[in-house]
Amino acid sequence: MEFTKPELEYAELLPILVVLGGACLGILLEAFVPRGARRLPQVVVALGSLVGALVSTVIVGIDLDDHAGAAGSTGKGLVGAMGSVVVDGPTVYLWGLLLVFAIGGVALFAETRLEGGVSAFTGQAAALPGTDTERDASTRGLEHTEVYPLLLFAVGGMLLFPASGDLLTMFVALEVLSLPLYLLCGLARRRRLLSQEAAMKYFLLGAFASGFFLYGAALVYGYAGSVSFAGINEAVRAGGANHGLLLAGIALLSVGLLFKVGAAPFQAWTPDVYQGAPTAVTAFMAAGTKVAAFGALLRLLYVAFGGERWSWVPMLWVVAIASMVLGAALAVVQNDVKRMLAYSSVAHTGFLLVGVLGVQSADDLAKGQYTSLEGVLFYLTTYGFAMIGAFALVTLVRDAGGEATHYDRWAGLGKRSPLVAGAFAFFLLSMAGIPLTAGFIGKWAVFTSAMSAGAWPIVLVAIASSIVAITFYVRHIRLMFFTEANADGGAAVTTPSLLTSATVVVCLAATLVLGVVPGPVLDLVTHTGDFIR
Amino acid sequence: MNALSALALASSETHIPVVAPQEADGIFNLLWLIIALPLLGATALLLLGNRRTQAYGHWVGLATITGSFVLSLVSFLTLLGRDEDERQVAKHLWTWIEAGRLDVGLDLLYDPLAALFLLLITGVGALIHLYSVGYMAHDPRRSRFFAYLNLFVAAMLMLILSENYVGLFLGWEGVGLASYLLIGFWQHKPSAAAAAKKAFVINRVGDMGLGLAIFLMFATFGTTSFSGVSALAGGATETTLNWIGVLLLVGACGKSAQVPLQAWLLDAMEGPTPVSALIHAATMVTAGVYLVTRSNFIFELAPTAQTAVVIVATVTLLWGAIIGCAKDDIKKGLAGSTMSQIGYMMLGAGLGVAGYAFAIFHLLTHGFFKANMFLGAGSVMHAMDDDVDMRHYGALQKTLPITFATFALGFLAIIGVPPFAGFWSKDKIIETALVENPVVGICALLGAGVTGFYMTRMMLMTFFTQKRWEKGVHPHESPKVMTIPLIVLAALSALGGLMLAGNWIVDWLSPVVGHAEHEEPPLPVIVITLITVAVVAAGVALAWVLVGKQKVPNVAPADVSFATRAARADLYGDAINDAVVVNAGKALVRASTAGDRSIVDGLFTGGAVIVAGSGELLRRLQNGYVRSYALGILGGAVLLVLTLVVVN
Repeated sequence: MEFTKPELEYAELLPILVVLGGACLGILLEAFVPRGARRLPQVVVALGSLVGALVSTVIVGIDLDDHAGAAGSTGKGLVGAMGSVVVDGPTVYLWGLLLVFAIGGVALFAETRLEGGVSAFTGQAAALPGTDTERDASTRGLEHTEVYPLLLFAVGGMLLFPASGDLLTMFVALEVLSLPLYLLCGLARRRRLLSQEAAMKYFLLGAFASGFFLYGAALVYGYAGSVSFAGINEAVRAGGANHGLLLAGIALLSVGLLFKVGAAPFQAWTPDVYQGAPTAVTAFMAAGTKVAAFGALLRLLYVAFGGERWSWVPMLWVVAIASMVLGAALAVVQNDVKRMLAYSSVAHTGFLLVGVLGVQSADDLAKGQYTSLEGVLFYLTTYGFAMIGAFALVTLVRDAGGEATHYDRWAGLGKRSPLVAGAFAFFLLSMAGIPLTAGFIGKWAVFTSAMSAGAWPIVLVAIASSIVAITFYVRHIRLMFFTEANADGGAAVTTPSLLTSATVVVCLAATLVLGVVPGPVLDLVTHTGDFIR
Repeated sequence: MNALSALALASSETHIPVVAPQEADGIFNLLWLIIALPLLGATALLLLGNRRTQAYGHWVGLATITGSFVLSLVSFLTLLGRDEDERQVAKHLWTWIEAGRLDVGLDLLYDPLAALFLLLITGVGALIHLYSVGYMAHDPRRSRFFAYLNLFVAAMLMLILSENYVGLFLGWEGVGLASYLLIGFWQHKPSAAAAAKKAFVINRVGDMGLGLAIFLMFATFGTTSFSGVSALAGGATETTLNWIGVLLLVGACGKSAQVPLQAWLLDAMEGPTPVSALIHAATMVTAGVYLVTRSNFIFELAPTAQTAVVIVATVTLLWGAIIGCAKDDIKKGLAGSTMSQIGYMMLGAGLGVAGYAFAIFHLLTHGFFKANMFLGAGSVMHAMDDDVDMRHYGALQKTLPITFATFALGFLAIIGVPPFAGFWSKDKIIETALVENPVVGICALLGAGVTGFYMTRMMLMTFFTQKRWEKGVHPHESPKVMTIPLIVLAALSALGGLMLAGNWIVDWLSPVVGHAEHEEPPLPVIVITLITVAVVAAGVALAWVLVGKQKVPNVAPADVSFATRAARADLYGDAINDAVVVNAGKALVRASTAGDRSIVDGLFTGGAVIVAGSGELLRRLQNGYVRSYALGILGGAVLLVLTLVVVN
């Protein structure tokens, strides 16, 4: 058998390589640096490789215009790594976004002032909760610095996910991003049983959903005889026998991806996992996973199954409506901040799917309208900043038992800490889509995109769900500012170190700037162009 | 009426200037700072709170508006140095939303009209800020007061500087909000709270008119910018333009207290006196005149709307003057006078190209002398323990020498004695009105006579006649911080007429409002002037005979003629409102409340119950067992496959 030496475009793939290299370096540090001295080098390596990757992403983005896209496509970029990685405009934009969110994640991971000098992660994951070993680890001030390499591996997977050029690469990326996250979810220092239960659930359900994805890939291969998106696209456009095979394949592949973005009816894991996981992990996961998985979903549906658009559009209608309605309705009856944010993220998935249903081609648009790709990319930007900022603030509101997430404890927070409550209220307003916040422009972009495609019924549902959603956001704001605190005083705000405060400030600034002067970012999104394949 | 329409048609043949500004350069790049400074002051004071800023808040407020004034002055001088056709400058700040045909940007337009307004708002505004430092010295919420004043100035500047109707509307709503907050500033007084509410409600009617006008403009022209609308206005049908014009007029009536939306202005005097001087005399209430003048490209092509402006203006100028004759409350007397004077400005603006410049001229001089008189009234009230009843004043000219002297200059200016400011501006409007339509002209002339009467009455009752002071009142002159603004404004009231020297203001404004051919009035100009002065003198003499020569009773006599009773009751403006709007409205409210309870409430409560109920129901599904979650995923997968298969 002849062996072909693979050719890799190192320059264009540098961001992924830098992140994965940083992760390997982190593992080596774990092995050779003494336990007490690991934290600082780990943080430096993690931040260093993420910033390095961000810089190389920017360079790739600037050079992107030199690469003409495939024939007949408006996009630009190149297909690398023997066809398995596609570096085009949307990829580069998503890479930048993911890396920025990941840097925020590292900052939150490294925060130690809140727990009195140790991180929010358990001292010894292997120790059973409530045993002497655990207490011993706790008194010795141990901590797991493996979280940084784990995060880097997850980021590596996330970078590869929306860039994958075939089904197998996409599956590998899916697993690479998921496995470290399963682990990270189970590492909370407080409420360890809840955390471990969350990790277990996430792992079991994630494995189950991956099974669907893999089976779908097999079916589609059976239909098209190829796993590359370009090959599938050709087969779909050519038409062929066994159409049922293709349909089942599309459905099962979608299950795997819709599970990752947390769309209904695959949303059941979100509240449990968001609540149980350490809040820093939740913040990173809520933003990062959604960005990466939506990128992958868009590429799969638009590139591989673009010719079969009218088959999958009704399916997404159902999923989008279910997500918006279910997310909004369930968020109303929550009484825990993290669960409320989890359900609101389900509703946001629905809004994003509304965007996916919009007009695909820029040629069909009038001036001032956005394609669905542009709308979704912008919405992801606004959503990610608001989510990370909100969860970062959740880590600050504490009482004797650690983070206080129950609504009762948040009552009257506005009187005790107007700054934190005000910032949290601002993020909520952005998620609710109030004008002059980023969320409004994001909703505007995806809704108008869907409107231009004539999907007005779903836009009506989306607007109705937004109104229901406003009620629970506003209810929380009322709780913070206009409700008296309980007799025992409620939770108080612990002053964080620069790491968390800087993250919050950056997210606040982004949310405000994107709401008032969205022009530059909208231009950037428009400039990214289309998928090349 | 026929003569008017014919005239409007004739004037439409004259050249209507199109707004075509140049890109801003040099000092004009700082235009945004003029708005931003007071806005910053308001934000800082409001965020820091009243208590923390009590010690220095008033100086912050004064500093920001002084900064704006300096910038306005420099910009004005720069504009003055330019050629006539380069005097329109636009500055694009940012594009907020651009979608489809809707392009909302924050653009500023600086032209001769805006330049004059900026000087008036920031100049008179700064003087009133300075005066308030003394006037509000003992108020525990003084810092909050200055925050609101700054907020008002910022909104008013936004209104004037915006290059499109959307931005103008933003400022329009902003000044409405600030006015509401300031009328009700002494919220512990129920009358102040009620007055604030009344102003708010009546202004909503006007705002609705303006809002509809903007929608109609957007629907017709696809743009709301002045440059866009002025370029396209010629292409629209006359009916459309008439509708836009009438709706703009409704907006102007609300803000400028013109009949039939005039009732709120008298009650608005519940606010602190500097507020009455700044907002309800010099600046905000003249926004309607600005709107009509700025929209000259609409009104010039909409003869019916223009006629409506003239009718509203004429009715108002008499209405306000008659009310002014019977008021014993010094501030309400001045408010009636303001209403009447704005009627004159509206009349000028309604007369078209020949009148716009004089409307703005009168607006400026009125800003000087009316602010002067309101502040003077405040100074008198300060001396008389906040008593506003003129029947308790009398013989104050010796006790309050500076207030008396400055008030007297304002008095001479408003009744139109040459050579004071009001003479030049009012005389020009009367003259133009006589040229355009004799009936309207004679009404304006009569109004001047009535003005002479009620102002002399006020002057006599306050500063002359006998002492009628309440027990325990010891009048004293106000501190310097209050008298200095009075002196400056009095000087402006005396010298404001200089703006007409060499026809300067007409030439200055002609790039904005167009240039009219001079028409010969039916009588020589000097004769008209002499008649006007004679009519005013008759009014003054009448007041001297009826008020000055007789003993003024301490309590208003009850057995008075029907006319006096009607004037005291604001010509039954409130009664008309009650009968036509309030009672009908109440009936409508009762009916719709009944409907609301049973139908809308039902829907909403039902909706909330359904949402919460379905939430509860769905929450049961979230039972925490992985096996049920997995079952859910399986079910979802089946659902997706089924959807795909069914569709195909």
